[in-house]
Amino acid sequence: MDKASYEVRTNKVELLSILSLDGKVNEELLPNLSDEQLKELMRRMVFTRTWDQRAISLQRQGRLGFYAPVSGQEASMIGSEFALNKEDFICPGYRDMPQLVWHGLPMYQAFLYSKGHQHGGEVPEGVNVLMPQIIIGAQIVQSAGVAMGLKKRGKKNVVITYTGDGGSSQGDFYEGMNFAGAFNLPAIFVVQNNGYAISTPSSKQTAAETIAQKGLAAGIKSVQVDGMDVLAMYKAVQEAAERGRNGEGATLIEAITYRFGPHSMSGDDPTKYRTKDEESKWALKDPIVRFRKYLETKNLWTEDDEKNTIEDAKQTVADQIKKAESTAKMTIPGLIDSMFETTPPHLEEQKKAYLEKEGN
Amino acid sequence: MAQMTMIEAIKDAMRVELERDENVLLFGEDVGHVGGVFRATEGLQKQFGEDRVFDTPLAESGIGGLALGLGVQGFRPIAEIQFVGFIFEVMDSICAQASRMRYRSGGKYNSPITFRTPFGGGVHAPELHTDSLEGLMMQTPGIKVVIPSNPYDAKGLLISAIRDNDPVFFMEHLKLYRSFRGEVPEGEYTVPIGKANVVREGSDVTIITYGNMVHTSLKAAEELEKQGVQAEVIDLRTLMPLDIETIVESVKKTNRAIVVQEAQKTSGAAAEIMAQINEKAILHLEAPVIRVAAPDTVVAFGQIEKEWLPNEKRVIAGVKEVINF
Repeated sequence: MDKASYEVRTNKVELLSILSLDGKVNEELLPNLSDEQLKELMRRMVFTRTWDQRAISLQRQGRLGFYAPVSGQEASMIGSEFALNKEDFICPGYRDMPQLVWHGLPMYQAFLYSKGHQHGGEVPEGVNVLMPQIIIGAQIVQSAGVAMGLKKRGKKNVVITYTGDGGSSQGDFYEGMNFAGAFNLPAIFVVQNNGYAISTPSSKQTAAETIAQKGLAAGIKSVQVDGMDVLAMYKAVQEAAERGRNGEGATLIEAITYRFGPHSMSGDDPTKYRTKDEESKWALKDPIVRFRKYLETKNLWTEDDEKNTIEDAKQTVADQIKKAESTAKMTIPGLIDSMFETTPPHLEEQKKAYLEKEGN
Repeated sequence: MAQMTMIEAIKDAMRVELERDENVLLFGEDVGHVGGVFRATEGLQKQFGEDRVFDTPLAESGIGGLALGLGVQGFRPIAEIQFVGFIFEVMDSICAQASRMRYRSGGKYNSPITFRTPFGGGVHAPELHTDSLEGLMMQTPGIKVVIPSNPYDAKGLLISAIRDNDPVFFMEHLKLYRSFRGEVPEGEYTVPIGKANVVREGSDVTIITYGNMVHTSLKAAEELEKQGVQAEVIDLRTLMPLDIETIVESVKKTNRAIVVQEAQKTSGAAAEIMAQINEKAILHLEAPVIRVAAPDTVVAFGQIEKEWLPNEKRVIAGVKEVINF
């Protein structure tokens, strides 16, 4: 038998890209977005970049807790969320706070979450999100459950979940996609491949040619997208969401992107595993620079727009961190009471002992 | 009243709840058409349809994640983990996710999930099928641990578990599935989670136990009676939350106690119970509390399983030890 006849083959994966580095677009692939929507995408990216810079500074001042920088990934985060409805559900990874906030989570709660305050996770009614997942990949299997719930309720909604290239090595990544495939669920799995799982490069993460190809094994539609191209990200998610709403099942989107900052603000030093040369190459793909060039050719974005957005972001962050800081602290009795719907006797006893001993 | 085996009672509980609340879903490996490897779910898919009772791909972590996501969407999942040893694959979903969902979300979401799993030795099952892993669960904040010892309790406790808005880890002893029948009422009734049952009254010593060891301990108590020792036997029914009040009441009366568990000796349920007796009733004790348990080895499946598991003789020896202290 000829080798070719029994070797499993996959199609060549091609990267979806719409926006060139100098801001020109592929008109054929251009998603249907109004001028206002295009401006809004830009506004959100610029806002998020400023918010990220402020958050890093707040973290250094000790005013935030855990923080994972997002600069570089704005197109992937904001383009993907922008393609959803408010009723769609988001199951994020630890870096995906912008999607939650743009989906309706008040920013001060994001700050409270970072500071380890429970109220940060008390998502308001009508905001369909889970809080960022800490365990890599756990959100992938949970998304299958949320998607099944949406389907069983007869809703025309999808769930989107995010992980990184490292997350695609987890068993839960395969289990979640396999469940979504087997049950034909309206789920969108986004892998934001930013090249590194903390310091481990993608080349040491997998021998697969692309992470997108991993979805083929689960029998779900799988695509690879330029994750520094907000139009391509929007288009990929918009199409995936449409398939989900139409009962055509799940999609895996591998977004090729780059985090300009460290993995997190908790001690990671990217100079130990990345070169200046690599960083400057990726800087050329900056999603904000590329998109700005495009909008400028359409007279949709001015220096004033940029300046006003940055000012607005700075002011919003300042107001929201203040709000977070003036929120009453959690208490141990409150923590104890949050373990069960009805606090059982042993915890009541521990609460009482705590109150007596600590005198608070 | 119907006479049922424990497995029939468990199935009946699920039937009652599937009928009562359309948000109740039942899923796991082989639970659908086949009705589970022990037939605990037999006929339920036929009665309630594939939308409510369904087979999943063979992936325990996926089952746990599915349960959690469905819980977030307002469903009440009953997730079957086919054998207890397979829970290591789904520990994250149970112990790191479902158990802390209420805390993480500041009360916005809960995890009204019942994780059912068979466990327990004496049936010559392969390794990692029978381990007593309740100790692991007990140390996880935010999850309830329930182990019934008879058909009546099994049905009532399982209904309580399904209706509970917090995750419940429900362990079903393999040896008890079909070993005897008991009276089980038709329709719905509940046995409260967190309430122990004094299954035999006595004045000389308290035997605190759960699961299949309730039966071993009752047999030991009968033998002890012939020897003039009146043993009180407490069936805990729930390990988390633990009904320490019932235990302390009994210890105040008998002044002596032993804890009998099928699990390995160290750091398990018995250790916790002894610690709590120490905290709450030490001045009522005439002897140290001791435990009868399996050795701290992996479960000896097959060849020497019978010798490995605690038995009547060892319970009697334990009682004698505290009586003769």
